[in-house]
Amino acid sequence: MAGENSLRKGRRAPYGLLSPGMLWLILFFLVPMWTLLRIALSTKPNAFLPEYEFTWEWSNFSDAVSRFQPELVRSFSYAAAATILCIAIGYPLAYYLAFKAGKYRSVLLAMVMVPFFISFLIRTIAWQTILGQEGPALWFMETFRLVTITDAIGLTSSGAFLNTPQAVILGLTYNFVPFMILPIYVSLEKIDPGLISAGQDLYSAPRQAFRKIVLPLSLPGVFAGTLLTFIPSAGDYINAELLGNVKTSMIGSQISKLFLKESNYPEAAALSFIFMAIITIGVLVYAKLLGTDELSA
Amino acid sequence: MTIADAAEPAVSTGRKPVIEIDDVSKVFGDFTAVDHADFTIAEGEFFSMLGPSGCGKTTTLRMIAGFEMPSSGAIRLQGQDVSNVPPHKRDVNTVFQQYALFPHMNVWDNVAYGPRAKKLPKDEVAKRVDELLGVVKLSDFAKRRPSQLSGGQQQRIALARALVNYPKALLLDEPLGALDLKLRQSMQLELKRIQREVGITFIFVTHDQEEALTMSDRIAVMNKGRVEQIGSPREIYDHPATVFVAGFIGQANLWPAVVKANQGTTTTIEVAGRAIEVADDRSGLRPGDHGTFMVRPERMYVEPQLSDPDRWTVDAVVTELVFQGPVVRYELRLPDGSGAVAHVPARRDGLPIPGDTVQASWSDESSVLLPGSPDQAPTVETGPPITAPPVTRD
Repeated sequence: MAGENSLRKGRRAPYGLLSPGMLWLILFFLVPMWTLLRIALSTKPNAFLPEYEFTWEWSNFSDAVSRFQPELVRSFSYAAAATILCIAIGYPLAYYLAFKAGKYRSVLLAMVMVPFFISFLIRTIAWQTILGQEGPALWFMETFRLVTITDAIGLTSSGAFLNTPQAVILGLTYNFVPFMILPIYVSLEKIDPGLISAGQDLYSAPRQAFRKIVLPLSLPGVFAGTLLTFIPSAGDYINAELLGNVKTSMIGSQISKLFLKESNYPEAAALSFIFMAIITIGVLVYAKLLGTDELSA
Repeated sequence: MTIADAAEPAVSTGRKPVIEIDDVSKVFGDFTAVDHADFTIAEGEFFSMLGPSGCGKTTTLRMIAGFEMPSSGAIRLQGQDVSNVPPHKRDVNTVFQQYALFPHMNVWDNVAYGPRAKKLPKDEVAKRVDELLGVVKLSDFAKRRPSQLSGGQQQRIALARALVNYPKALLLDEPLGALDLKLRQSMQLELKRIQREVGITFIFVTHDQEEALTMSDRIAVMNKGRVEQIGSPREIYDHPATVFVAGFIGQANLWPAVVKANQGTTTTIEVAGRAIEVADDRSGLRPGDHGTFMVRPERMYVEPQLSDPDRWTVDAVVTELVFQGPVVRYELRLPDGSGAVAHVPARRDGLPIPGDTVQASWSDESSVLLPGSPDQAPTVETGPPITAPPVTRD
């Protein structure tokens, strides 16, 4: 009897250990999602009272899409541009950290993370100063008469840095690039340098050895980094608010405006759901394309 | 003598040299890893570089592979100077210590890597890969990932992946180091079989003297960056050129000796207070020189009375007797206080026991005179660097 008892206890132990996490997820994820979904399908009978009636109001979704289509498109294209820039900047940096930095590795890794000690908001405001009309960036361009060139290549718009889509993308890139560097670094650092030697021994020039060995083995890191930069970039509204103009507003600002200024909770909730759905589908397609089974495994 | 002759492989029979190491040195900072190495390796030969860790054998191999450039001297591959040619342009391939199989490719793609990088036609690649998977007897595992294979199987895939390119020489860097003893012994025979089958020159780096003796046509024994001796296993065992080689390969009784006289190839020396003649002396020592006298423990006889007057003998007292199965290990004390070890067949009776006074003897061809003093022998365990089991990734 005693043995049977302890066996049963042993079987329950994993659930016991799981329960705090499960409870947390239920309380702070499932319940809010459920509430949000109900609000998204509600109507607001009185414009001045915060009361909602659950009425299966599917039109909230179609209204949100038609009203905020430009912002949705903008959010995803800005986030995509920022993510591509993050890969372009982050991959070589992570590669250097993993294979070439030697004894400076930990110092350089710390430097990647140092910006986190300063508030996200303050760092973005600092960019306003740097990119502004009186700021050092524009001063440099004007001193060296580069504005026509930067206008031509699309870095500036009619001689201005600030309040342009470029500035928003730059802000997103700046703020999220560490989230690209770190996972790529981790996946590169795991690669046995002996594999690169083996590739070279088997008639691959260094560049080909990189393409056939290092790159495929680091793709899980690129995948993780992409998720960590693309999703928060797409939902971000600080950069669009502080570095952009009215024509660069992204979906995050619209949701916050609907919630906080218009108190239009049903449409805000519907828009949030649409945003989540697009991201989820996008991530699954991306995982399929990249052939990463990290997600299913 | 006839056994010895039969065991001598036909190496020096004018086969074409594949690799020439021409007075090569490699210096890292103020550390000389390889010190004026100079030898050639012939076509189809199984050549081993043997020595304790840090002796320069791996550095020499890496220079042949192209991962290191010599500080001075030249390396020639079939007569062409390749000293500064990068690894991907050299027709040699390496089996790495930890195999370095590509974890993101299956076995077939791993083996096909080299031929594909060389841009061979598709059907030629397929033909070669299938052939080599057959040679290493892993055809059924073509679709597996390396992480799904055992250590011995990974080892054979690494071998196939290198051999599939039909290199001018195959370089093996302690390839059996990560395997357990049983597997290592069967892989030794397997390697020998494969080498005979493909006929490619194997250059094998190991710290394990037994492994080198078992497999090699010729062995280069290295110590502190220098090549101490090159020869067939039999030569190196029976006629070590230096005290280090004598002590590193097998076990050896090493006594200090003083040369008394030379007469042809026979040298008279004084050992443990006795005058002894050494036949076939190659030490080059002159009268008055100090040297080291060597007899292998299994060439010693231990008897109450000397049974063969043609043998050289010293008085000895048995201090220890250890039964080791096929042999009995005697520890002896000689009149001058020095010690000796003898391994004699474990007969059932008539064996001297500790405390007995005995005659320790050896025949003419069993002794060797070496230049240098006995303390040049490797004293501590000349063991390998500890090698972790191969890392499997998923």
